[in-house]
Amino acid sequence: MTAMVKAEGVHKSFGHIEVLKGIDLEVAPREVFCLIGPSGSGKSTFLRCINHLEKINAGRLYVDGELVGYRQRGDKLYELKDSEVALKRRDIGMVFQRFNLFPHMTAVENVMEAPVQVKGEAKAVARERALKLLDRVGLSDRAGNYPSQLSGGQQQRVAIARALAMEPKLMLFDEPTSALDPELVGDVLDVMRGLAEDGMTMVVVTHEMGFAREVGDSLVFMDGGVVVESGNPRDVLTDPQHDRTKAFLSKVL
Amino acid sequence: MTVDIDKTGPEDTPPTPKAGPEAIKAIPVRHYGRYVAAVVAIALLASIVVAFSQGKINWGAIPENFFDPRILEGVGNTLLLTGLSMAIGIVGGILLAVMRLSKNPVTSSIAWFYIWFFRGTPVLVQLIVWFNLGLVFEFINLGPFYKNEWSDFMTPFLTALLGLGLNEAAYMAEICRAGLLAVDEGQTEASHALGMSHAKTLRRVVIPQAMRVIVPPTGNEVINMLKTTSLVSVVQYSELLRQAQDIGQTSGAPVEMLFLAASWYLIMTSVLSVGQYYLERYYARGSSRSLPPTPLQRIRATVFSVRRPKGVAA
Repeated sequence: MTAMVKAEGVHKSFGHIEVLKGIDLEVAPREVFCLIGPSGSGKSTFLRCINHLEKINAGRLYVDGELVGYRQRGDKLYELKDSEVALKRRDIGMVFQRFNLFPHMTAVENVMEAPVQVKGEAKAVARERALKLLDRVGLSDRAGNYPSQLSGGQQQRVAIARALAMEPKLMLFDEPTSALDPELVGDVLDVMRGLAEDGMTMVVVTHEMGFAREVGDSLVFMDGGVVVESGNPRDVLTDPQHDRTKAFLSKVL
Repeated sequence: MTVDIDKTGPEDTPPTPKAGPEAIKAIPVRHYGRYVAAVVAIALLASIVVAFSQGKINWGAIPENFFDPRILEGVGNTLLLTGLSMAIGIVGGILLAVMRLSKNPVTSSIAWFYIWFFRGTPVLVQLIVWFNLGLVFEFINLGPFYKNEWSDFMTPFLTALLGLGLNEAAYMAEICRAGLLAVDEGQTEASHALGMSHAKTLRRVVIPQAMRVIVPPTGNEVINMLKTTSLVSVVQYSELLRQAQDIGQTSGAPVEMLFLAASWYLIMTSVLSVGQYYLERYYARGSSRSLPPTPLQRIRATVFSVRRPKGVAA
Protein backbone atom coordinates (compact mmCIF):
# COMPACT_ATOMS: atom_id res chain seq x y z
CA MET A 1 0.00 0.00 0.00
CA THR A 2 1.49 3.36 -1.02
CA ALA A 3 1.71 5.96 1.67
CA MET A 4 -0.73 8.87 1.30
CA VAL A 5 2.02 11.32 2.21
CA LYS A 6 5.69 10.50 2.17
CA ALA A 7 8.45 12.96 3.01
CA GLU A 8 12.11 12.22 2.43
CA GLY A 9 14.57 14.77 3.76
CA VAL A 10 12.29 17.74 3.09
CA HIS A 11 14.04 21.11 3.45
CA LYS A 12 12.47 24.53 3.20
CA SER A 13 14.02 27.96 3.67
CA PHE A 14 12.57 31.43 3.62
CA GLY A 15 15.50 33.54 2.52
CA HIS A 16 18.34 32.64 4.84
CA ILE A 17 16.15 31.12 7.50
CA GLU A 18 15.89 27.36 7.25
CA VAL A 19 12.46 26.39 8.51
CA LEU A 20 12.48 22.69 7.68
CA LYS A 21 15.77 20.86 8.12
CA GLY A 22 15.13 17.45 6.70
CA ILE A 23 11.73 16.02 7.50
CA ASP A 24 11.14 12.30 7.02
CA LEU A 25 7.74 10.86 7.68
CA GLU A 26 4.99 8.72 6.25
CA VAL A 27 1.23 8.99 6.50
CA ALA A 28 -0.71 5.82 5.74
CA PRO A 29 -4.12 5.94 4.05
CA ARG A 30 -7.07 6.29 6.47
CA GLU A 31 -4.69 7.49 9.14
CA VAL A 32 -5.13 10.51 11.41
CA PHE A 33 -1.68 12.00 11.64
CA CYS A 34 -1.08 14.73 14.20
CA LEU A 35 1.74 17.27 14.10
CA ILE A 36 2.51 19.06 17.35
CA GLY A 37 5.26 21.37 18.44
CA PRO A 38 6.02 24.90 19.57
CA SER A 39 5.22 27.77 17.23
CA GLY A 40 7.98 28.34 14.73
CA SER A 41 8.82 24.65 14.67
CA GLY A 42 7.85 24.40 10.99
CA LYS A 43 4.77 22.22 11.32
CA SER A 44 2.45 24.59 9.47
CA THR A 45 5.07 25.17 6.80
CA PHE A 46 5.39 21.43 6.29
CA LEU A 47 1.62 21.14 5.96
CA ARG A 48 1.58 23.87 3.33
CA CYS A 49 4.31 22.07 1.40
CA ILE A 50 2.04 19.05 1.04
CA ASN A 51 -0.31 20.89 -1.33
CA HIS A 52 2.47 23.00 -2.80
CA LEU A 53 1.41 26.31 -1.28
CA GLU A 54 5.12 26.40 -0.38
CA LYS A 55 7.86 25.04 -2.62
CA ILE A 56 10.38 22.79 -0.94
CA ASN A 57 14.09 23.44 -1.49
CA ALA A 58 15.45 19.94 -1.11
CA GLY A 59 14.28 16.41 -0.56
CA ARG A 60 11.26 14.65 -1.99
CA LEU A 61 7.62 14.92 -1.04
CA TYR A 62 5.04 12.48 -2.39
CA VAL A 63 1.26 12.48 -2.15
CA ASP A 64 -0.34 9.16 -3.03
CA GLY A 65 2.85 8.05 -4.70
CA GLU A 66 3.18 11.14 -6.91
CA LEU A 67 5.82 13.83 -6.50
CA VAL A 68 4.43 17.16 -5.26
CA GLY A 69 5.02 20.10 -7.60
CA TYR A 70 7.46 18.34 -9.91
CA ARG A 71 7.70 15.59 -12.47
CA GLN A 72 10.72 13.35 -12.56
CA ARG A 73 12.10 12.03 -15.83
CA GLY A 74 15.32 10.11 -15.48
CA ASP A 75 17.21 12.02 -12.86
CA LYS A 76 15.88 15.42 -13.94
CA LEU A 77 13.10 17.30 -12.19
CA TYR A 78 10.62 19.36 -14.19
CA GLU A 79 8.49 21.97 -12.50
CA LEU A 80 4.77 21.37 -12.97
CA LYS A 81 2.64 23.99 -14.70
CA ASP A 82 0.20 25.94 -12.55
CA SER A 83 -2.70 24.08 -14.11
CA GLU A 84 -1.14 20.72 -13.24
CA VAL A 85 -0.55 21.83 -9.67
CA ALA A 86 -4.18 22.97 -9.48
CA LEU A 87 -5.31 19.59 -10.76
CA LYS A 88 -3.49 17.83 -7.93
CA ARG A 89 -4.79 20.22 -5.32
CA ARG A 90 -8.34 19.20 -6.12
CA ASP A 91 -7.75 15.96 -4.25
CA ILE A 92 -6.28 17.60 -1.17
CA GLY A 93 -8.62 19.49 1.12
CA MET A 94 -7.22 22.18 3.36
CA VAL A 95 -8.64 23.87 6.44
CA PHE A 96 -6.96 27.04 7.68
CA GLN A 97 -6.50 28.52 11.10
CA ARG A 98 -8.20 31.74 9.97
CA PHE A 99 -10.99 29.88 8.11
CA ASN A 100 -10.49 31.93 4.92
CA LEU A 101 -14.10 31.59 3.86
CA PHE A 102 -15.09 33.73 0.90
CA PRO A 103 -16.84 36.64 2.66
CA HIS A 104 -18.89 37.72 -0.36
CA MET A 105 -20.60 34.35 -0.66
CA THR A 106 -23.13 32.68 1.62
CA ALA A 107 -22.25 29.46 3.42
CA VAL A 108 -23.82 27.28 0.74
CA GLU A 109 -22.19 29.30 -2.05
CA ASN A 110 -18.82 28.85 -0.38
CA VAL A 111 -19.29 25.10 -0.41
CA MET A 112 -20.60 25.04 -4.01
CA GLU A 113 -17.91 27.28 -5.42
CA ALA A 114 -15.14 24.77 -6.13
CA PRO A 115 -17.31 21.92 -7.48
CA VAL A 116 -19.02 24.34 -9.89
CA GLN A 117 -15.95 26.35 -10.90
CA VAL A 118 -13.31 23.64 -10.87
CA LYS A 119 -15.15 20.43 -11.69
CA GLY A 120 -17.87 22.06 -13.77
CA GLU A 121 -20.60 20.46 -11.71
CA ALA A 122 -24.16 21.63 -12.45
CA LYS A 123 -25.26 24.29 -9.96
CA ALA A 124 -28.37 22.43 -8.83
CA VAL A 125 -26.40 19.25 -8.16
CA ALA A 126 -23.66 21.13 -6.37
CA ARG A 127 -26.16 23.02 -4.23
CA GLU A 128 -27.86 19.81 -3.18
CA ARG A 129 -24.54 18.24 -2.23
CA ALA A 130 -23.47 21.41 -0.45
CA LEU A 131 -26.63 21.39 1.64
CA LYS A 132 -25.97 17.77 2.59
CA LEU A 133 -22.42 18.63 3.60
CA LEU A 134 -23.61 21.58 5.67
CA ASP A 135 -26.06 19.22 7.32
CA ARG A 136 -23.21 16.86 8.06
CA VAL A 137 -21.29 19.60 9.90
CA GLY A 138 -24.47 20.59 11.71
CA LEU A 139 -25.20 23.83 9.88
CA SER A 140 -28.15 23.04 7.63
CA ASP A 141 -30.03 26.04 9.04
CA ARG A 142 -27.16 28.44 8.24
CA ALA A 143 -26.87 27.81 4.51
CA GLY A 144 -28.03 31.30 3.54
CA ASN A 145 -25.82 33.20 5.98
CA TYR A 146 -22.72 35.13 5.06
CA PRO A 147 -19.55 34.22 6.96
CA SER A 148 -19.67 37.50 8.89
CA GLN A 149 -22.99 36.37 10.33
CA LEU A 150 -21.53 33.10 11.67
CA SER A 151 -19.51 32.42 14.78
CA GLY A 152 -15.91 31.28 14.45
CA GLY A 153 -16.81 27.66 15.12
CA GLN A 154 -19.56 27.77 12.51
CA GLN A 155 -17.25 29.39 9.99
CA GLN A 156 -14.66 26.69 10.52
CA ARG A 157 -17.26 23.98 10.03
CA VAL A 158 -18.36 25.63 6.78
CA ALA A 159 -14.70 25.66 5.77
CA ILE A 160 -14.49 21.92 6.44
CA ALA A 161 -17.63 21.35 4.37
CA ARG A 162 -16.12 23.46 1.59
CA ALA A 163 -13.00 21.31 1.54
CA LEU A 164 -15.05 18.11 1.62
CA ALA A 165 -17.11 19.25 -1.36
CA MET A 166 -14.17 18.42 -3.63
CA GLU A 167 -14.22 14.85 -2.31
CA PRO A 168 -10.56 14.88 -1.36
CA LYS A 169 -8.54 11.81 -0.56
CA LEU A 170 -6.48 13.74 1.96
CA MET A 171 -7.41 16.53 4.36
CA LEU A 172 -4.92 18.99 5.82
CA PHE A 173 -5.85 20.87 8.98
CA ASP A 174 -3.70 23.87 9.93
CA GLU A 175 -4.46 24.56 13.60
CA PRO A 176 -8.18 24.48 12.89
CA THR A 177 -9.25 25.38 16.43
CA SER A 178 -6.54 27.87 17.40
CA ALA A 179 -8.55 30.94 16.44
CA LEU A 180 -11.69 29.79 18.22
CA ASP A 181 -13.20 30.67 21.57
CA PRO A 182 -12.74 27.68 23.91
CA GLU A 183 -16.43 26.78 24.02
CA LEU A 184 -16.58 26.55 20.21
CA VAL A 185 -13.65 24.19 19.83
CA GLY A 186 -15.70 21.09 20.69
CA ASP A 187 -18.07 21.41 17.71
CA VAL A 188 -15.21 21.58 15.25
CA LEU A 189 -13.37 18.66 16.86
CA ASP A 190 -16.59 16.62 16.75
CA VAL A 191 -16.81 17.14 13.01
CA MET A 192 -13.17 16.11 12.61
CA ARG A 193 -13.73 13.06 14.78
CA GLY A 194 -16.64 12.08 12.53
CA LEU A 195 -14.41 12.45 9.47
CA ALA A 196 -11.77 10.24 11.07
CA GLU A 197 -14.37 7.59 11.79
CA ASP A 198 -15.41 7.66 8.13
CA GLY A 199 -11.85 6.77 7.22
CA MET A 200 -10.57 10.10 5.87
CA THR A 201 -6.81 10.45 5.77
CA MET A 202 -6.02 13.52 7.82
CA VAL A 203 -2.87 15.46 8.64
CA VAL A 204 -3.63 17.71 11.58
CA VAL A 205 -1.43 20.46 12.97
CA THR A 206 -2.91 21.03 16.39
CA HIS A 207 -2.49 22.16 19.95
CA GLU A 208 -5.40 20.01 21.08
CA MET A 209 -3.57 17.23 22.87
CA GLY A 210 -6.85 15.62 23.92
CA PHE A 211 -7.90 15.29 20.30
CA ALA A 212 -4.49 13.95 19.29
CA ARG A 213 -4.59 11.32 22.01
CA GLU A 214 -8.16 10.26 21.34
CA VAL A 215 -8.43 10.39 17.56
CA GLY A 216 -4.84 10.36 16.35
CA ASP A 217 -3.22 7.23 14.96
CA SER A 218 0.27 8.69 14.80
CA LEU A 219 1.86 11.74 16.27
CA VAL A 220 4.97 13.67 15.45
CA PHE A 221 6.59 16.24 17.70
CA MET A 222 8.52 18.83 15.72
CA ASP A 223 10.92 21.43 17.03
CA GLY A 224 13.37 23.68 15.22
CA GLY A 225 12.52 22.25 11.80
CA VAL A 226 13.17 18.61 12.61
CA VAL A 227 11.11 15.68 13.81
CA VAL A 228 12.14 15.16 17.42
CA GLU A 229 9.93 12.29 18.34
CA SER A 230 7.18 10.26 16.73
CA GLY A 231 4.98 7.31 17.45
CA ASN A 232 1.62 6.39 18.86
CA PRO A 233 0.01 9.53 20.36
CA ARG A 234 -0.85 7.80 23.63
CA ASP A 235 2.75 6.69 24.10
CA VAL A 236 4.37 9.97 23.09
CA LEU A 237 2.00 12.12 25.12
CA THR A 238 2.15 10.05 28.28
CA ASP A 239 5.74 8.87 28.15
CA PRO A 240 7.86 11.22 26.05
CA GLN A 241 11.45 10.09 25.52
CA HIS A 242 13.16 13.33 24.56
CA ASP A 243 13.80 16.23 26.87
CA ARG A 244 12.47 18.73 24.36
CA THR A 245 9.21 16.81 24.05
CA LYS A 246 8.96 16.61 27.83
CA ALA A 247 9.57 20.33 28.16
CA PHE A 248 6.94 21.17 25.53
CA LEU A 249 4.32 18.83 26.92
CA SER A 250 4.83 20.04 30.47
CA LYS A 251 3.85 23.49 29.22
CA VAL A 252 0.78 22.58 27.21
CA LEU A 253 -0.75 19.67 29.11
CA MET B 1 -8.85 46.23 56.99
CA THR B 2 -11.32 48.71 55.63
CA VAL B 3 -9.48 51.98 55.60
CA ASP B 4 -11.80 54.32 53.82
CA ILE B 5 -15.23 53.93 55.34
CA ASP B 6 -16.77 56.92 53.64
CA LYS B 7 -16.11 55.56 50.21
CA THR B 8 -19.18 53.86 48.86
CA GLY B 9 -18.04 50.44 47.72
CA PRO B 10 -19.91 48.37 45.19
CA GLU B 11 -21.69 46.47 47.99
CA ASP B 12 -23.30 49.74 49.12
CA THR B 13 -25.09 50.36 45.85
CA PRO B 14 -28.55 48.80 45.92
CA PRO B 15 -29.09 45.71 43.74
CA THR B 16 -30.41 47.95 41.03
CA PRO B 17 -33.56 47.33 39.08
CA LYS B 18 -36.19 48.39 41.55
CA ALA B 19 -38.88 50.70 40.30
CA GLY B 20 -37.57 52.15 37.03
CA PRO B 21 -35.28 55.10 37.74
CA GLU B 22 -36.59 58.48 36.77
CA ALA B 23 -35.75 59.35 33.19
CA ILE B 24 -33.29 62.22 32.84
CA LYS B 25 -34.81 65.62 32.17
CA ALA B 26 -31.95 67.98 31.48
CA ILE B 27 -31.69 71.25 29.67
CA PRO B 28 -29.58 70.60 26.57
CA VAL B 29 -26.43 72.60 25.98
CA ARG B 30 -27.18 75.67 23.88
CA HIS B 31 -24.90 76.00 20.89
CA TYR B 32 -24.95 79.77 20.44
CA GLY B 33 -21.94 79.55 18.11
CA ARG B 34 -24.02 77.61 15.61
CA TYR B 35 -26.70 80.29 15.41
CA VAL B 36 -24.10 82.97 14.85
CA ALA B 37 -22.33 80.92 12.17
CA ALA B 38 -25.62 80.20 10.41
CA VAL B 39 -26.58 83.87 10.37
CA VAL B 40 -23.17 84.87 8.98
CA ALA B 41 -23.30 82.18 6.30
CA ILE B 42 -26.80 83.17 5.21
CA ALA B 43 -25.84 86.83 5.07
CA LEU B 44 -22.80 86.06 2.92
CA LEU B 45 -24.82 83.87 0.58
CA ALA B 46 -27.53 86.51 0.26
CA SER B 47 -25.01 89.21 -0.59
CA ILE B 48 -23.48 86.99 -3.28
CA VAL B 49 -26.92 86.25 -4.74
CA VAL B 50 -27.77 89.94 -4.76
CA ALA B 51 -24.45 90.80 -6.43
CA PHE B 52 -25.04 88.27 -9.18
CA SER B 53 -28.66 89.25 -9.73
CA GLN B 54 -27.65 92.89 -10.21
CA GLY B 55 -24.73 92.13 -12.47
CA LYS B 56 -24.97 92.62 -16.21
CA ILE B 57 -26.15 89.09 -16.80
CA ASN B 58 -29.17 88.23 -18.81
CA TRP B 59 -30.55 85.50 -16.53
CA GLY B 60 -33.47 84.93 -18.80
CA ALA B 61 -31.17 83.46 -21.43
CA ILE B 62 -30.46 80.44 -19.24
CA PRO B 63 -33.97 78.95 -18.95
CA GLU B 64 -34.55 79.94 -22.58
CA ASN B 65 -31.71 77.75 -23.76
CA PHE B 66 -31.72 75.16 -21.01
CA PHE B 67 -33.37 72.51 -23.15
CA ASP B 68 -32.07 73.73 -26.48
CA PRO B 69 -31.60 70.68 -28.73
CA ARG B 70 -27.92 71.59 -29.16
CA ILE B 71 -27.43 71.67 -25.40
CA LEU B 72 -29.22 68.36 -25.02
CA GLU B 73 -27.02 66.89 -27.72
CA GLY B 74 -24.00 68.20 -25.84
CA VAL B 75 -25.25 66.65 -22.61
CA GLY B 76 -25.79 63.36 -24.40
CA ASN B 77 -22.31 63.48 -25.91
CA THR B 78 -20.76 64.33 -22.56
CA LEU B 79 -22.50 61.38 -20.94
CA LEU B 80 -21.60 59.07 -23.82
CA LEU B 81 -17.97 60.11 -23.69
CA THR B 82 -17.87 59.78 -19.89
CA GLY B 83 -19.41 56.31 -20.03
CA LEU B 84 -17.24 54.96 -22.82
CA SER B 85 -13.97 56.41 -21.64
CA MET B 86 -14.63 55.17 -18.10
CA ALA B 87 -15.38 51.74 -19.57
CA ILE B 88 -12.02 51.79 -21.35
CA GLY B 89 -10.44 53.12 -18.17
CA ILE B 90 -11.89 50.45 -15.90
CA VAL B 91 -11.23 47.49 -18.18
CA GLY B 92 -7.77 48.80 -18.99
CA GLY B 93 -7.13 49.59 -15.36
CA ILE B 94 -7.99 46.11 -14.12
CA LEU B 95 -5.89 44.62 -16.89
CA LEU B 96 -2.94 46.86 -16.07
CA ALA B 97 -3.27 46.21 -12.35
CA VAL B 98 -3.25 42.46 -12.87
CA MET B 99 -0.28 42.81 -15.23
CA ARG B 100 1.54 45.00 -12.75
CA LEU B 101 1.04 42.45 -9.96
CA SER B 102 1.87 39.45 -12.12
CA LYS B 103 4.97 37.40 -11.50
CA ASN B 104 5.88 37.75 -15.16
CA PRO B 105 8.58 40.47 -15.35
CA VAL B 106 7.70 41.37 -18.95
CA THR B 107 4.04 42.13 -18.33
CA SER B 108 4.71 43.92 -15.08
CA SER B 109 7.32 46.18 -16.72
CA ILE B 110 4.98 46.98 -19.60
CA ALA B 111 2.28 47.97 -17.13
CA TRP B 112 4.75 50.03 -15.14
CA PHE B 113 5.88 51.86 -18.26
CA TYR B 114 2.31 52.54 -19.41
CA ILE B 115 1.32 53.97 -16.05
CA TRP B 116 4.50 56.00 -15.86
CA PHE B 117 3.86 57.57 -19.25
CA PHE B 118 0.14 58.22 -19.13
CA ARG B 119 0.09 59.43 -15.56
CA GLY B 120 3.15 61.57 -16.08
CA THR B 121 1.84 63.73 -18.91
CA PRO B 122 -1.16 66.10 -18.78
CA VAL B 123 -4.32 64.76 -20.32
CA LEU B 124 -4.78 67.96 -22.32
CA VAL B 125 -1.39 67.41 -23.95
CA GLN B 126 -2.27 63.81 -24.67
CA LEU B 127 -5.54 64.87 -26.32
CA ILE B 128 -3.76 67.34 -28.58
CA VAL B 129 -1.12 64.75 -29.46
CA TRP B 130 -3.78 62.21 -30.42
CA PHE B 131 -5.42 64.89 -32.52
CA ASN B 132 -2.20 65.57 -34.39
CA LEU B 133 -1.01 62.03 -34.75
CA GLY B 134 -1.74 62.29 -38.45
CA LEU B 135 1.73 63.82 -38.73
CA VAL B 136 3.23 60.47 -37.81
CA PHE B 137 0.77 58.10 -39.37
CA GLU B 138 -0.56 59.19 -42.71
CA PHE B 139 -2.70 56.16 -43.29
CA ILE B 140 -4.24 53.51 -41.17
CA ASN B 141 -4.07 50.07 -42.73
CA LEU B 142 -5.52 47.06 -40.99
CA GLY B 143 -5.00 44.74 -43.94
CA PRO B 144 -8.25 43.58 -45.48
CA PHE B 145 -10.45 44.95 -42.70
CA TYR B 146 -9.95 48.68 -42.76
CA LYS B 147 -7.94 51.20 -44.63
CA ASN B 148 -8.24 54.95 -44.49
CA GLU B 149 -6.43 58.20 -44.19
CA TRP B 150 -5.51 58.92 -40.58
CA SER B 151 -7.31 62.25 -40.50
CA ASP B 152 -10.54 60.60 -41.62
CA PHE B 153 -10.12 57.75 -39.20
CA MET B 154 -9.26 59.88 -36.19
CA THR B 155 -12.56 61.69 -35.75
CA PRO B 156 -12.92 64.15 -32.86
CA PHE B 157 -14.95 61.52 -31.04
CA LEU B 158 -12.28 58.84 -31.36
CA THR B 159 -9.57 61.30 -30.38
CA ALA B 160 -11.51 62.27 -27.29
CA LEU B 161 -12.33 58.70 -26.41
CA LEU B 162 -8.78 57.39 -26.77
CA GLY B 163 -7.27 60.41 -25.09
CA LEU B 164 -9.50 60.25 -22.05
CA GLY B 165 -9.86 56.46 -21.87
CA LEU B 166 -6.19 55.56 -22.11
CA ASN B 167 -5.27 58.25 -19.62
CA GLU B 168 -7.95 57.08 -17.23
CA ALA B 169 -6.70 53.49 -17.48
CA ALA B 170 -3.43 54.55 -15.89
CA TYR B 171 -5.22 56.08 -12.91
CA MET B 172 -7.67 53.21 -12.61
CA ALA B 173 -4.74 50.78 -12.65
CA GLU B 174 -3.42 52.26 -9.43
CA ILE B 175 -6.87 52.20 -7.84
CA CYS B 176 -7.40 48.58 -8.88
CA ARG B 177 -3.95 47.59 -7.70
CA ALA B 178 -4.71 48.99 -4.27
CA GLY B 179 -7.97 47.05 -4.29
CA LEU B 180 -6.37 43.77 -5.30
CA LEU B 181 -3.66 44.17 -2.65
CA ALA B 182 -6.28 44.87 0.00
CA VAL B 183 -7.75 41.37 -0.34
CA ASP B 184 -6.38 39.03 2.31
CA GLU B 185 -3.79 36.61 1.03
CA GLY B 186 -5.62 33.78 2.79
CA GLN B 187 -8.38 34.16 0.21
CA THR B 188 -6.03 33.38 -2.65
CA GLU B 189 -4.53 30.49 -0.72
CA ALA B 190 -7.94 29.05 0.10
CA SER B 191 -9.08 29.11 -3.49
CA HIS B 192 -5.77 27.73 -4.76
CA ALA B 193 -6.05 24.97 -2.17
CA LEU B 194 -9.46 24.13 -3.65
CA GLY B 195 -7.82 23.65 -7.04
CA MET B 196 -8.92 26.91 -8.63
CA SER B 197 -6.66 28.41 -11.30
CA HIS B 198 -5.10 31.88 -11.05
CA ALA B 199 -7.67 33.31 -13.44
CA LYS B 200 -10.65 31.77 -11.63
CA THR B 201 -9.26 32.88 -8.29
CA LEU B 202 -8.99 36.44 -9.56
CA ARG B 203 -12.40 36.49 -11.18
CA ARG B 204 -14.43 34.68 -8.56
CA VAL B 205 -12.67 35.45 -5.30
CA VAL B 206 -10.25 38.37 -5.44
CA ILE B 207 -11.89 40.91 -7.76
CA PRO B 208 -15.36 40.76 -6.14
CA GLN B 209 -13.74 41.53 -2.80
CA ALA B 210 -11.42 44.14 -4.27
CA MET B 211 -14.49 45.93 -5.66
CA ARG B 212 -15.39 47.16 -2.19
CA VAL B 213 -12.12 49.07 -2.11
CA ILE B 214 -12.19 49.98 -5.81
CA VAL B 215 -15.73 51.35 -6.11
CA PRO B 216 -15.58 54.47 -3.93
CA PRO B 217 -12.52 56.02 -5.64
CA THR B 218 -13.91 54.89 -9.00
CA GLY B 219 -17.08 56.85 -8.30
CA ASN B 220 -14.83 59.81 -7.76
CA GLU B 221 -13.10 59.11 -11.05
CA VAL B 222 -16.43 58.99 -12.90
CA ILE B 223 -17.41 62.36 -11.53
CA ASN B 224 -13.98 63.70 -12.37
CA MET B 225 -14.20 62.26 -15.84
CA LEU B 226 -17.56 63.88 -16.42
CA LYS B 227 -15.94 67.24 -15.77
CA THR B 228 -12.72 66.44 -17.59
CA THR B 229 -14.69 65.79 -20.78
CA SER B 230 -14.97 69.56 -21.03
CA LEU B 231 -11.29 69.59 -22.07
CA VAL B 232 -12.28 67.72 -25.17
CA SER B 233 -13.73 70.89 -26.66
CA VAL B 234 -10.17 71.63 -27.83
CA VAL B 235 -10.27 68.69 -30.25
CA GLN B 236 -13.53 69.87 -31.79
CA TYR B 237 -15.78 67.30 -30.16
CA SER B 238 -19.21 68.79 -29.53
CA GLU B 239 -19.77 68.01 -25.89
CA LEU B 240 -21.70 70.16 -23.45
CA LEU B 241 -19.19 72.97 -22.92
CA ARG B 242 -18.48 73.37 -26.61
CA GLN B 243 -22.17 73.46 -27.51
CA ALA B 244 -22.83 75.98 -24.78
CA GLN B 245 -19.95 78.15 -25.98
CA ASP B 246 -21.18 77.93 -29.56
CA ILE B 247 -24.62 79.10 -28.55
CA GLY B 248 -23.01 81.80 -26.44
CA GLN B 249 -21.03 83.11 -29.41
CA THR B 250 -24.03 83.33 -31.72
CA SER B 251 -26.63 84.54 -29.22
CA GLY B 252 -24.38 87.07 -27.56
CA ALA B 253 -24.75 85.59 -24.10
CA PRO B 254 -21.42 83.80 -23.57
CA VAL B 255 -21.26 84.06 -19.77
CA GLU B 256 -24.87 83.02 -19.37
CA MET B 257 -24.17 79.89 -21.37
CA LEU B 258 -21.26 79.06 -19.07
CA PHE B 259 -23.65 79.21 -16.13
CA LEU B 260 -26.01 77.01 -18.06
CA ALA B 261 -23.27 74.45 -18.67
CA ALA B 262 -22.25 74.60 -15.02
CA SER B 263 -25.83 73.83 -13.95
CA TRP B 264 -25.97 70.84 -16.23
CA TYR B 265 -22.66 69.55 -14.89
CA LEU B 266 -23.95 69.96 -11.34
CA ILE B 267 -27.14 68.07 -12.15
CA MET B 268 -25.21 65.21 -13.72
CA THR B 269 -22.64 64.91 -10.95
CA SER B 270 -25.41 64.94 -8.34
CA VAL B 271 -27.21 62.08 -10.05
CA LEU B 272 -23.92 60.17 -10.28
CA SER B 273 -23.25 60.63 -6.57
CA VAL B 274 -26.54 58.94 -5.74
CA GLY B 275 -25.72 56.08 -8.08
CA GLN B 276 -22.33 55.69 -6.46
CA TYR B 277 -23.92 55.37 -3.05
CA TYR B 278 -26.08 52.45 -4.12
CA LEU B 279 -23.21 50.73 -5.89
CA GLU B 280 -21.08 50.93 -2.75
CA ARG B 281 -23.94 49.47 -0.78
CA TYR B 282 -24.18 46.55 -3.19
CA TYR B 283 -20.49 45.65 -2.85
CA ALA B 284 -20.60 45.96 0.94
CA ARG B 285 -22.71 42.79 1.02
CA GLY B 286 -21.13 40.12 3.16
CA SER B 287 -18.51 42.42 4.62
CA SER B 288 -20.73 44.00 7.21
CA ARG B 289 -23.45 42.28 9.17
CA SER B 290 -26.16 44.69 8.15
CA LEU B 291 -26.15 47.01 5.16
CA PRO B 292 -26.03 50.76 5.78
CA PRO B 293 -29.41 52.44 5.35
CA THR B 294 -30.37 53.98 2.03
CA PRO B 295 -30.76 57.77 2.05
CA LEU B 296 -34.52 57.31 2.07
CA GLN B 297 -34.34 55.04 5.13
CA ARG B 298 -32.00 57.49 6.78
CA ILE B 299 -34.31 60.44 6.17
CA ARG B 300 -37.19 58.45 7.57
CA ALA B 301 -35.13 57.50 10.62
CA THR B 302 -34.11 61.11 11.25
CA VAL B 303 -37.66 62.37 10.90
CA PHE B 304 -38.89 59.82 13.41
CA SER B 305 -36.07 60.37 15.83
CA VAL B 306 -36.76 64.09 15.78
CA ARG B 307 -40.44 63.57 16.28
CA ARG B 308 -40.20 60.88 18.92
CA PRO B 309 -38.65 62.81 21.82
CA LYS B 310 -41.61 65.18 21.70
CA GLY B 311 -44.10 62.34 21.92
CA VAL B 312 -42.16 60.11 24.29
CA ALA B 313 -40.39 62.73 26.32
CA ALA B 314 -40.54 61.57 29.89
